[in-house]
Amino acid sequence: MAKLTMVQALNLALQQEMRNDDNVIVLGEDVGLDGGVFRVTEGLIQEFGEERVVDTPLAESGIVGMSIGMSLYGLKPVCEIQFSGFTYQNFHQIENHAARFRWRTQGRYTVPMVLRSPYGGGVRALEHHSESREAYWAHMPGIKMVIPSGPRNARALLVSAIRDPDPVIFFESKALYRAFREEVPEKEETLPLGKSQVVREGKDLTLIAYGAMMRPTLEAATELQEKLGVEAEVIDLLTVSPLDDTLFVKSVLKTGRAVVIHEAPRSFGAGAEIVSRLMEKSFYYLEAPIERVTGYDVVIPLYSREKEYLPNAHRITRAAKKVLAA
Amino acid sequence: MPRKNINISDKIETLSILDEHGKLDEDLEPDIPEDELIKLLRGMLLGRKFDERMLNLQRQGRIGTFAPISGQEAAQIGAIALLRSSDWMVPAFRETAAEIWRGRSLESVIIYNSGYCEGAQIPENLNNLPISVPVGSQILHAVGLGWAMKYRKVDDVVMTIFGDGATSEGDFHEALNFAGVFQTPVIFVCQNNQWAISIPVHKQTRSKTLVQKALAYGLPGIQVDGNDVLAVYVAAQEAVARARAGGGPTLIECVTYRMTMHTTADDPTRYRSDEEVEMWRKRDPIERFQKYLLSRGTLSRDKLEGLEAEILTQIQTAIDQAEAEMTSLGDPVDMFDHSYEQMPAYLMEQKKAFLAELDESREEADNG
Repeated sequence: MAKLTMVQALNLALQQEMRNDDNVIVLGEDVGLDGGVFRVTEGLIQEFGEERVVDTPLAESGIVGMSIGMSLYGLKPVCEIQFSGFTYQNFHQIENHAARFRWRTQGRYTVPMVLRSPYGGGVRALEHHSESREAYWAHMPGIKMVIPSGPRNARALLVSAIRDPDPVIFFESKALYRAFREEVPEKEETLPLGKSQVVREGKDLTLIAYGAMMRPTLEAATELQEKLGVEAEVIDLLTVSPLDDTLFVKSVLKTGRAVVIHEAPRSFGAGAEIVSRLMEKSFYYLEAPIERVTGYDVVIPLYSREKEYLPNAHRITRAAKKVLAA
Repeated sequence: MPRKNINISDKIETLSILDEHGKLDEDLEPDIPEDELIKLLRGMLLGRKFDERMLNLQRQGRIGTFAPISGQEAAQIGAIALLRSSDWMVPAFRETAAEIWRGRSLESVIIYNSGYCEGAQIPENLNNLPISVPVGSQILHAVGLGWAMKYRKVDDVVMTIFGDGATSEGDFHEALNFAGVFQTPVIFVCQNNQWAISIPVHKQTRSKTLVQKALAYGLPGIQVDGNDVLAVYVAAQEAVARARAGGGPTLIECVTYRMTMHTTADDPTRYRSDEEVEMWRKRDPIERFQKYLLSRGTLSRDKLEGLEAEILTQIQTAIDQAEAEMTSLGDPVDMFDHSYEQMPAYLMEQKKAFLAELDESREEADNG
């Protein structure tokens, strides 16, 4: 098995799916010769040609609207929106059409497209290049919102997203793109969408996170173990919507304590939904109020201050201690 | 450094064959078979009569909000008639006549406008998209469909229809630009009906015409008298032939008029004059086409009356059938269907809770 970065793992998923199925088309700004600004589509144009790796004009609504049309004809477009901060210019195409064609036509037409886009902070980028707005997409009936947390699950989830019959918004953390390598098997691997994972077992406390926040969360879990002997159970959502509450509810029934972590703003974020589910399904088992460690309800600051905005292991540990002390 | 004109060689034409007085430009008269001419008339008449009946139904409270097409029959039928069944149609929401031409049943229109999503079901054998309400947003889907056809190397084409208001939307411009860059087989048919609810076209754009916007994207474009079905037909014929032969997209601007309201919820007397409406009434697309057909002997008064009677019967039958069908529709639990291919667990939970609540309410009602 090769040790790959997330960028390489995503590239492998695209390459293999394009080999498997000539319905798979990659399109977006600079995805061809440039290989994408983060190089996720590198080498694809050389193998598959301009016919299947399509450099488009600079227009997000155009890219997504065209992808919808391609999907309606039976193709499986995987479009790249260069930064998730630019997806607002295609917001209405997803909300008004991609999410609804199945419903509108009662299954006659479907939109099996994937919209890939880098999200999140931590790479000292410009304004509009660091936000984490998964809640917008998670709020839309008909859309699947997927966020991998490492090279191996990124590859497996992207393959599943491409094969999925429904539209998938696939966010890739820029901070994770080249942060570390993992063994990624050459052989095909998939992960079901809409299923979370227990990535660390424990009995004292449940930490629930996804995407780039998995690293500080796991760091906090190690610290809690080493310094306090606390066994934290860690859940990686992998898919934000449709939200799989089975594992985190089961975990909290066991631990009675939970901390939810995301880098998106706190109010109306994924954490609010997770906490609601816990209230509905585990209230009588709770030993302490649930804590949220999140971004603040502000525009993510420019990079000189983004470190202070983003949740880190320290903030997570502190919240965990508060929950444990109650 | 000189300062001089850039020579943009493209030009924009405007085409009229049968004018508002029924006068024919014989040099431009297309050679359309007689049965096709009668079919065009029938499509236009059906569009008009159905529209009138739908308005009545709405006023009687039997259907909900409806966007009438009266006045735009030639602009729709003249264009859509050029498609074959393997081609695709991508409509906005004021294309009932074109949709019916493409095989949509009258029943489905009535059912949809009665608030049942079942009316938007599209039979497997029809390559039509459902109506699209957000203005201009569907135009890009046509470009994607066209891209896919080109990729699959078939010689089918896509026709998308939209109004003058849509030409102000970003999606219109992105669509024309993408279609130009990718040379997709798409025919963009703009129904310039002069009004986007209360905004006249001169407040929509400073451009002299809508069709000239094609020039900016390197597309051929033609403006036609949208109330002259022969002119619309000829323009669409050229555009479809070009697209089919790999020649790429075309923008057609049909200059026409929305004779009635934007939708049944609108009162056009607030923003436009009776004189204007009267002026356009004299340019009626159906009257002038009938005159033409009568004068060339393709149509007789008797035949026309027969046609009209047959259409009225067809409409009445559809209303009866739709109303019968609707008695078995409307189970509210159906709202949970078709969000995803497989219903997620939380949605199943919501559906279960909804059913339990329904039962409870029914029990409460039964117990008085």
